[in-house]
Amino acid sequence: MKRLDIIGKPRRRVDGRAKATGQVRYADDLSMPRMLFTKLLRSPHPHAVVESIDATRAAQHPGVHLVLTGQDFPIPFGIMPVSVDEYPLARERVRYVGDPVAAAVAVDEQTAVQALDLIEVRYKILPPIASPEQGLQQPEPRIHDYCEQGNIHRNQSYEFGKVDEALAKADLVVEDLFFYEGNTHLPMEQQATLAFIDADGKLQISSSTQNPHYLHRQLARALQVPEHQIRVIATPNGGGFGGKCDPGGHEFVVAKAALVLGRPVKIGLTREEVFYVHRGRHPVLMKMKTGVTKEGKLSGMHLQTLLDGGGYGSHGPASTFYTGVLTPVTYHYPRFKFEACRVFTNKPACGPKRGHGTPQPRFGQEVQLDKIAVKLGMDPAELRLKNVTKANALTASWLKIGSNGLADCIKKVTEMSGWKQRRGKLGRGRGLGLACSTYMCGAGVAIYWNKMPHSGVQILLDRSGSVIVYCGATEIGQGSDDVLAAIVAETLGVDIGTVRVVTGDTGIAPVDLGSYSSRVTIMMGNAAVQAAERLRTQIAAVVSETLGARPDRIVFSQGRVFAVDHSGPGMTFVEAVHAAEAELGTLSAVGSYAPPKPPGKYKGAGVGPSPAYSFSACVVETEVDERTGWIHVPKIWIAHDIGRAINPTLAKGQVIGGVYMGLGEALMEEQSFRRLPEKLSGALVHRAPSMLDYKSLTSLDMPEVEVALIEDPDPYCPYGAKEVGQGPLLPVMPAVANAIFDAVGVRVDEIPITPDRVLKALQAQDKRVGPTSFPKVPYPAPTFVLPPWEGGDGSETRRDAKTAVV
Amino acid sequence: MLRLPWFEHRAPRSVAEAAKILAGEGPRAMLVAGGTDLLPNMKRRHQAPRVLVSLRQVDELKKLNGTFGAGLTLTEVVRSEKTPIALRQAAAQVATPHLRNMGTLGGNLCLDTRCTYYNQSYEWRKAIDFCLKKDGTVCWVATASKRCVAVSSTDTAPALIALDAVIKLSSAKGEREIPVAALYQNDGIDYLSRTPDEILTEVRVPAGWKSTYWKLRRRGSFDFPILGVAAAAKLDGDIVSEARIALGAVASRPFLIDKASEFLKGKRLTDEVIAEAAALVANRAKPMDNTDMDLYWRKEVADDFAAYALRELRGDDMRETRQRIARYQPAA
Repeated sequence: MKRLDIIGKPRRRVDGRAKATGQVRYADDLSMPRMLFTKLLRSPHPHAVVESIDATRAAQHPGVHLVLTGQDFPIPFGIMPVSVDEYPLARERVRYVGDPVAAAVAVDEQTAVQALDLIEVRYKILPPIASPEQGLQQPEPRIHDYCEQGNIHRNQSYEFGKVDEALAKADLVVEDLFFYEGNTHLPMEQQATLAFIDADGKLQISSSTQNPHYLHRQLARALQVPEHQIRVIATPNGGGFGGKCDPGGHEFVVAKAALVLGRPVKIGLTREEVFYVHRGRHPVLMKMKTGVTKEGKLSGMHLQTLLDGGGYGSHGPASTFYTGVLTPVTYHYPRFKFEACRVFTNKPACGPKRGHGTPQPRFGQEVQLDKIAVKLGMDPAELRLKNVTKANALTASWLKIGSNGLADCIKKVTEMSGWKQRRGKLGRGRGLGLACSTYMCGAGVAIYWNKMPHSGVQILLDRSGSVIVYCGATEIGQGSDDVLAAIVAETLGVDIGTVRVVTGDTGIAPVDLGSYSSRVTIMMGNAAVQAAERLRTQIAAVVSETLGARPDRIVFSQGRVFAVDHSGPGMTFVEAVHAAEAELGTLSAVGSYAPPKPPGKYKGAGVGPSPAYSFSACVVETEVDERTGWIHVPKIWIAHDIGRAINPTLAKGQVIGGVYMGLGEALMEEQSFRRLPEKLSGALVHRAPSMLDYKSLTSLDMPEVEVALIEDPDPYCPYGAKEVGQGPLLPVMPAVANAIFDAVGVRVDEIPITPDRVLKALQAQDKRVGPTSFPKVPYPAPTFVLPPWEGGDGSETRRDAKTAVV
Repeated sequence: MLRLPWFEHRAPRSVAEAAKILAGEGPRAMLVAGGTDLLPNMKRRHQAPRVLVSLRQVDELKKLNGTFGAGLTLTEVVRSEKTPIALRQAAAQVATPHLRNMGTLGGNLCLDTRCTYYNQSYEWRKAIDFCLKKDGTVCWVATASKRCVAVSSTDTAPALIALDAVIKLSSAKGEREIPVAALYQNDGIDYLSRTPDEILTEVRVPAGWKSTYWKLRRRGSFDFPILGVAAAAKLDGDIVSEARIALGAVASRPFLIDKASEFLKGKRLTDEVIAEAAALVANRAKPMDNTDMDLYWRKEVADDFAAYALRELRGDDMRETRQRIARYQPAA
C-alpha cells in the first residue's frame, strides 16, 4: 500500500467551516413559500381508550387548514418488522402521556396551538402499568394485543454450553443484582420535518432522521405511496445518538398533510416532545451469576435481564437481545447463558441509545469483575488481562471477533493513569477504577430481511478535477461526511478539497442503511474504497502506456498519477482523468458492501455479529466526600482500539463525547417517571422533560480526559478503521462505580451513582446500595447451542446431547 | 417551540411612569425586567398577564452608588467592586452566564417559587390534573397540605438577608423601605409581601460584614439551589461580635436563623462552635420533595454546608472544597 496522504492525519472536518459559520441548514432552518405549521395534540393519560375525537371546532378555526386524527392513518408503522405496532396518530388506544392523538395544520404555530385546544377527545381511562414488575404481575389489560404473553413484549433465552455445570465446578461463584435507570439521548437539535409536493408531483420530505432509508420505506408503507414517489432527505442532524433512528409520528403527519393540502407543511418538536418521542436507554434490572477459578479464569456466566420497554416496540426485540449477546465479546467465557425479557409499560417507548442495550449488562459485568478481583486478591487489571478474548476468536455464542486490541487498551490506560503506582495509594476518599468494553462495527444484518448491500457509494469524476461522491449515509454530527471524503480522496490520491459528498438523500444517492449500530465508517467506507478502486483501475489502464508502467504499478497520490518506481514525470490527476474520459467516456463507478455471513446458525444468531469489534478500556479517578457522599471526578483516561483513525481530531472528539455522555449517565441522567398517589390520581408522568430539570453534565462538570487511540488496522475495515461512535461511552459507568469503591469502599450497584446513594451505602451495614430482589420472570426454555470448543456447529442442539469435556 | 400568550407591552422610562401604569392596570399587569423567569413561565401558562410593563429602559433602576439598583443585571452586580462578597458569590452562581447577562437583581429577588409539579408545561400539568399553586386543588408534594409548599429558589435573597440589607418599594402612592427578609412570606403562592402596584427599585446593603454564600446544586451551572447558606459576621479579633446566617431553598421563603446568630455572638469560631452552630442551622432546614436531589440527603448535608460557610468566615482556605462542590472559584 502507498504511504497514506490524508488518513491518520489530524484535519479540520470537511463540514467544519459550514458548521462553525452557521451555514449548515438543519431541518428547522428550512422554510418555503406558503408553508404551513403543524402541532400535535398529545394524550394527557398514560393508558386509555380513545372513544371519540371531535375536531369540528378546530377545523373551523380561522387559519386552520387541516386537522388529522388516527382515522386518517389506518396503517401502522414500526422500525422492526416484528413490532409494527404504532400509528402516526393513535387510533384506539393511547399508551403513554405524550402519545400523539391529533394534529392541527395552520398558517402559523400559534394558530395550530389554539386549534389543538378546540379538539375534544373522549377517553376511557385504563389502569396504567408503571414498571416491568407491575407488568409481570398484571397481565391484563394488555398494553398491546400482540404481546408474547400478558404484557411481555419479548422473552428470550439462550444457553451456550451447560452453564449450571460450569458454575458448579468453579472455585468461586458470585451472584449480583444491578439496576441501570433509563436515560435519553438529549441531542441539541430537536426533531423537525418539512414535507412538500415537488414540481413533478412527488412527495419530498426533509427531516432530522438518522435513517432516511428506513423512513422512506415506512412512509411508503403507512401512507400507501409507491417508494419511487417519495424522496427523503436527511438534513444534517444536530446530534442523534439513536433518538432519530425510529420513524416518528410527526414525520408521517406532515407528509400526509402535504399530500392532502399540496402545500409545504412543517413541524418542529418542542424539547418536551423530544422527551416523549424518546426511544432511549431501557431501564434494566439484571441478575448476574459468574463462576471463576481461584487462578482467576472465568468459567461461565448466567445473565438475566428485565427491560422496561415503555409503550411501544421500537427497536425493542433487538434491544432485548443486546442486553445479552455482546457480553462475552470482551472476556472468554467457556459457557454463557442469557435470559432477557422486555415488558411493556405506559411510558414513552425505549429504544436504541448509543451502546444499544449493552451499557446495562456491561456495567454489571465490569463491576462484578471488580468484586471478583477483590475476592481473589488480584489486581483488577490483571484479572481482566487473564481473561481477554483473542483476535479472530469465536465466543461461546458464535460471534466472530476480528482484530482485538483490548489487552493493549488495558495496558495503555493503566500506564497513562499510573494505575500500578497510584491505585490504593491515593489516600482515603480518593480512588481509581478500571473498566472495559467492546462494540460492534455495524450490525451484521439489516433491520428488514434482504440480501442486498448495506451501503452503496457512487463516484463521479468531473473533467474539472472535482470528485463527486454519492451515498445515502447520514451526517449526524459524527463526521461521516468527513470519513467518506477522506477515504475517497486517499484512494484516488487527490486533495480532500476536490471531493464533494452528496449524502443522506434517497432521491439522489445509493442506499445506505443509516447512521446506527456504528456501521457507517466500516460499511460506507468499504463501499467507497471499492468504488474508488474501480475508478483507479479504469484510469490506470488508460494511462499505463503513457506512463510506461503496468497498471498495477501506478500510484495515485497528492493529485498526481505516476509509476511506482518514479521512472517518469507522471501526470496530474486531472490530466489522467482527461485521458481516461477521452477514451472511456464519462467516468463513474459504484461500490457496495455487505457484511460477511455470521458463523452462528441458530435462530436469533443474527443479532450481535459484526464485521469487526472495537474495544475500550477506561480508568476513572474519583474523590468522594465521606460526610456528604459528594462525588468529584478530576480525571478520566481512556484507550480505544479504533483499528485506524481516519481523522484523529474527529476520532478523539468522538471518544471525549462518548466519555461525556457516559459520565452523565454514570452520575446523574435519569429518564424517570412519577406515579402520583394511586388513590388520588391515575397520572404517570415524566419527572423532568426539560433541559433544566433533566440533569446532564455542564461543561464545568466535565473533567479532563486523556485519550489514547490504539491503532491495529482491522483487515475487514476500510484502511483498517473500526468504530468510535459508541464504544468509548461504555466503560465509563462501571469505571466510575469501581473508582468509588476504591475511594471509600462502597458498592453502588445501580446507575446513576448519586451522592445520596453513596452516603446511603456508607451508612449501610453491607456498604452497598442497589436492587435487593429480582422478580420471577417466566423466561422460556433456552435455545441450547454448543460452544465452538465443545464440538458444536453453531446450530441449536438438544441440551442432553453428549458434550466434550471442558 | 413553546409560544407566548398574547400580551400588551409597555416600556416606561421612569419608575414614576411604571408605577402609574401599574396603578392603572391593576393585577392584570406584571413587571418584567430581564424576563428570564417570567417569559418561560408565561410560555408554560403559569402567568398570563394582559400587560407587561418592561423595566429595561428605566435608567434609575441601574444606579450603583451606595445602593444597588434593582435593574442591574446579575453580571453587573458580580462585576462591581462595591458588591459585598456573599452577594457577589450568590449572583455569580445564578443560572448560566447568558441568563445572568439578562436577569436582574430585582428579578432574582422576586423570583417565582418553584416546584417540580409546577415548573412544567400546561399540557404536563394537565396530565396531573394541575396542582394547588396553579389551576388545581391538590398539593402533590404534600397531599394533606392546605398551603402550597413551592420552594423559594433565589440565591441573592439569603445573601442579602445575611447582610442585613434593606429594599425600597415604590408605587404611585409612595415609597417604603423594608428589610429583605420582610419581603417574603412562607407561602408558595403568596410568597411576596410586595403589593401588585409596587416596584422593587433598590437594595441598600450596610457595610462592615464579612460574608459568604454557599450554594448546593447538582451541577456547576444552570441549576437552581437545593440549599443556599449565607453567613455574615462582624469579628472582633477572632471573637464574633455579631453574626447572621440565612437559608435559602428549604422553604417557601428564605429566612434568618436567629438561634444560630444568637449562639455565635461573643464566641470564637472553634471547630466545636462551628459544629454546634451548623447543627442549629441544619435543624431549621425542612426541605420538601419538590426540587432536585433526594430529600433526606438534602436535609442530611445541610450542617456540612453551614459549616463550610462558617469555616470560610473564620478564614479557612475553602477554595478546593468549593471548586469540588460548586465548580465555582470566587475571585480573590
